[in-house]
This record gives sequence, structure tokens and C-alpha cells, in this order.
Amino acid sequence: MDRDSNAYTFLFSAIMVLLVAATLSVTATSLQDIQDENVRKEKMQNILATIGVNVEREKAPEVYKKYIIDELALVSDGSIDKNTDAFTLKLNLEIKKPIKEQRFPLYLAEVDSLKYYIVPLRGVGLWDAIWGYVALEGDKNTIKGAVFDHKGETAGLGAEITQEWFQDSFTGEKVFNENGDLVGINVSKTNNDPKGLDKNDHEVDAISGATITGDGVTDMIKERLQNYLSYFKSKNELIAYQNN
Amino acid sequence: MSKYNKLPKEAPLILFIKEQKEPLFSKKNRALLTDPMDDNNPITVQVLGICSALAITVQLKPAIVMSLSVIAVMAASNVIISLLRDLIPNRIRIIVQLVVVASMVILVDQILRAYAYDVSKELSIFIGLIITNCIVMGRLEAFALGNGVWKSFLDGIGNAAGYGFILIVVAFFRELLGSGKLLGYQVIPDLIYEMGYVNNGLMLLSPMALITVGIYIWLQRSKNRNLIEKN
Repeated sequence: MDRDSNAYTFLFSAIMVLLVAATLSVTATSLQDIQDENVRKEKMQNILATIGVNVEREKAPEVYKKYIIDELALVSDGSIDKNTDAFTLKLNLEIKKPIKEQRFPLYLAEVDSLKYYIVPLRGVGLWDAIWGYVALEGDKNTIKGAVFDHKGETAGLGAEITQEWFQDSFTGEKVFNENGDLVGINVSKTNNDPKGLDKNDHEVDAISGATITGDGVTDMIKERLQNYLSYFKSKNELIAYQNN
Repeated sequence: MSKYNKLPKEAPLILFIKEQKEPLFSKKNRALLTDPMDDNNPITVQVLGICSALAITVQLKPAIVMSLSVIAVMAASNVIISLLRDLIPNRIRIIVQLVVVASMVILVDQILRAYAYDVSKELSIFIGLIITNCIVMGRLEAFALGNGVWKSFLDGIGNAAGYGFILIVVAFFRELLGSGKLLGYQVIPDLIYEMGYVNNGLMLLSPMALITVGIYIWLQRSKNRNLIEKN
């Protein structure tokens, strides 16, 4: 057959495409389980990191069992849905549902008999999704720690939200103001407190060149926490603002 | 005018060239492996693949993994293209090359994600960028399309190794001078820090990769005078 004829070209491309597609899908399917396991362990690792427990990924499931005492799937009115597994909930899918049908995962942790509430976050950065976890102390107001990750933010700019120095600046910040209103944490460009010494200003210093990613972090914290208010209140534990 | 034009028209054409079996590692074949390390290095001589050389040489470990991935991708895609070289329709050869490279890269990415998750997170977009690495397509088009399987295999390994070698050299100095570490382990003793030594933060930024490559080119050319352009 003539190598330059149209028929040959079509035939060649058709066979090539089929072969390539078959190879790739076989590989992807056969490796899927191992990949999912990695993602699951990493999730545990991230959740643990927010309460200050740093652990290797391989050991994460063990340590996770030790510190995480409960996983709750909350309904928007604050009640608990016992039929849903909170850990496997996919926030990216939940967010698209009507608010009444959404389930909000909440992880309860206990370290040295101190209780922590860990809220998963999900939002949008500049290019793609950003997500993370934020742990609140027993007063449900002070941030114990935060972890962020992203899909495709610019390396060196937006991608810096995964760095410890940025995440550490959230520790100790308060998410409620004096009146008990949820204000979240503002990733601020006009912060008068770049070192983050003032822990009552509800602000952390933004990353230069990463305005939109930073705004995404601000929005995602406030938006997600909003959904947990009714649960926090229903627990009849006053959201205490301690001016310390 | 060359002397061949003066040959009589009736001169018999040479019809039979005794085909000699070339040993696997003949001098020519070895040159395919060794040339890209020095005389024909893809980065320092051909100035290909600079972009990724800047991006992933902050630390030694990702540089090594990137080199190994590029070696795997280049060797495999060179072999595949060389096997298909008599079948590929000329008009769509670039597309075919792209498809082959892209699927190799996806394979590498999937395998890393399963067995070297941390590394795959670190390399993230750069693995995808192997596709756009000029060396890969360059060697497919310039070499694999016109040469046998074994030669193409060697050429792929040689060029990828030449690329990886520079990556590792640059990463070695950037990690050493930038963070005082090698492969994540501290190598500069605390004592020296106490005496007032400070890590050079500039080494962590990409401009210093360019300068390190520049210094390497300078050293290479002062040693290997053949590389210096005549004009």
C-alpha cells in the first residue's frame, strides 16, 4: 500500500489510536488501586498535620486511628447523617449539590486530652481547585493548624500555599470576631502585621504575586466554616471569644 | 567540480556492498552513547531542554528522578519510532511522534503515581513537560526516523543521559550552596554555620541555574577547544 495515500494515513492513525488507548487504559486501571491508596494515606497525613501531628505517609493510617476519634457527616441543619461515611465524601461533588442535600465532613481529634475539630476545605484558586484542612481548638474559634494543597497553581507564586511558612501563619488566628460572628481569616495584602504577631486581627500576610490564590483561600475558609455553624451551636457549647 | 564527474558514463555501478555485521558496541555505536555526554551535549552544546534544566534543579533528588524518567521515555519512544519508521506516513509523522511521546509520558506518570507518590507530587507538571522537551522530539525526528532500532535505542539513552548529567551537576551545586544539603541531608556541618557561613538563597532561584549552566559551558569549552565557534 502506498505510504503517502490518504487511505493508508487514515488506517495507520486509526490503528495507532486504538492501540495507544488500549495500553493507557489498561495501565491506568491496573494501577488505580495503588494510586487511590496513596491518596487516602496522604489525606490522613494532611488531617493529622493540622493538629500538629507530623507523620510519614506509610504510617499515617495507624496514627490516624489513634488520634482521630470520630468522623461525622453533617447535614446543613447541624444534625448528623449516620448513613454516610465522612472520610470518603468527595467535597468537589458535594459542593455542586443543593445545600440541603450536601453532607459536611467533620473530623474530631483528641491529642493529649485536648479536643480539635478538623474541617475540610475546598475552593478555587487562579487556575484550578484548591483544598485543605483547618483544625479548630476546643473553643471552635482558635485555629490550631491549617494545611493547603492545590491542583495547578503557579509554581513559586500560588503554589506557595502548600509551604509551611504560609500555613503556620494561620496558627493561633481566630475565626470569630468579638460579637461571635464568623469572619474567617483574611489573606491580606494590606496587612500591618506581616509577621503575624497579632493573633486577633483575623488576617494573615498574603503571598506576593498570588493575590487570586490568596483570595481563594480567604473565601474557602469562610464559606466552608459557615456550614458548620449550626452544628457548633447545636452542641450547645458557646462559641467563646476569649480576648487574650 | 569533483573528480567523480569525470568518470566515463559506462563505468559500472558498484552493485554489491559486502554487508558486514556491526558489533553491538562498535566504535560508532559507542559514540552514540558518549558524544552527547560532552561533544554534543543536548544542553550545553545544542542548547536544548534548557527550560526543564532551570525548573527542576533546585534539589538533587527530583533532578535524578527527572533524568531517569527522561531516559526511559527517550529510549522507549526512540525504539518505537525506529520500529515504525518504515510504516509511518510521512505527512503525519510529527503527530505520530507526539502520540508516542505523550503516551510514554503518561505511562511514566501513572507508574510514578503508584510507586513513587512523593516524587510524582514534586515533579507534578514537569513530568507532563517531558512531552514538550525539545530533546525528545528532536532526536525522534533527527535520528530515530532514519536509523535502526539498536542505534536509536543507544542514541535515546545517550542524549537523555547527557541531559540528565547536566541536570545532576547543576542540581548538585544548587542544593549544596543553596540549602547546604545533598539529597535532603545536611552536608555542611553546623560548625561552619556557627562561624558565620550563610546559605546562598539566590542559588534556589532559577536565574542561578542559568548561571551554573553558563559556568559549565565555559569550563567545557576551555577544556574542549573544538566546541568554540570559529567566527
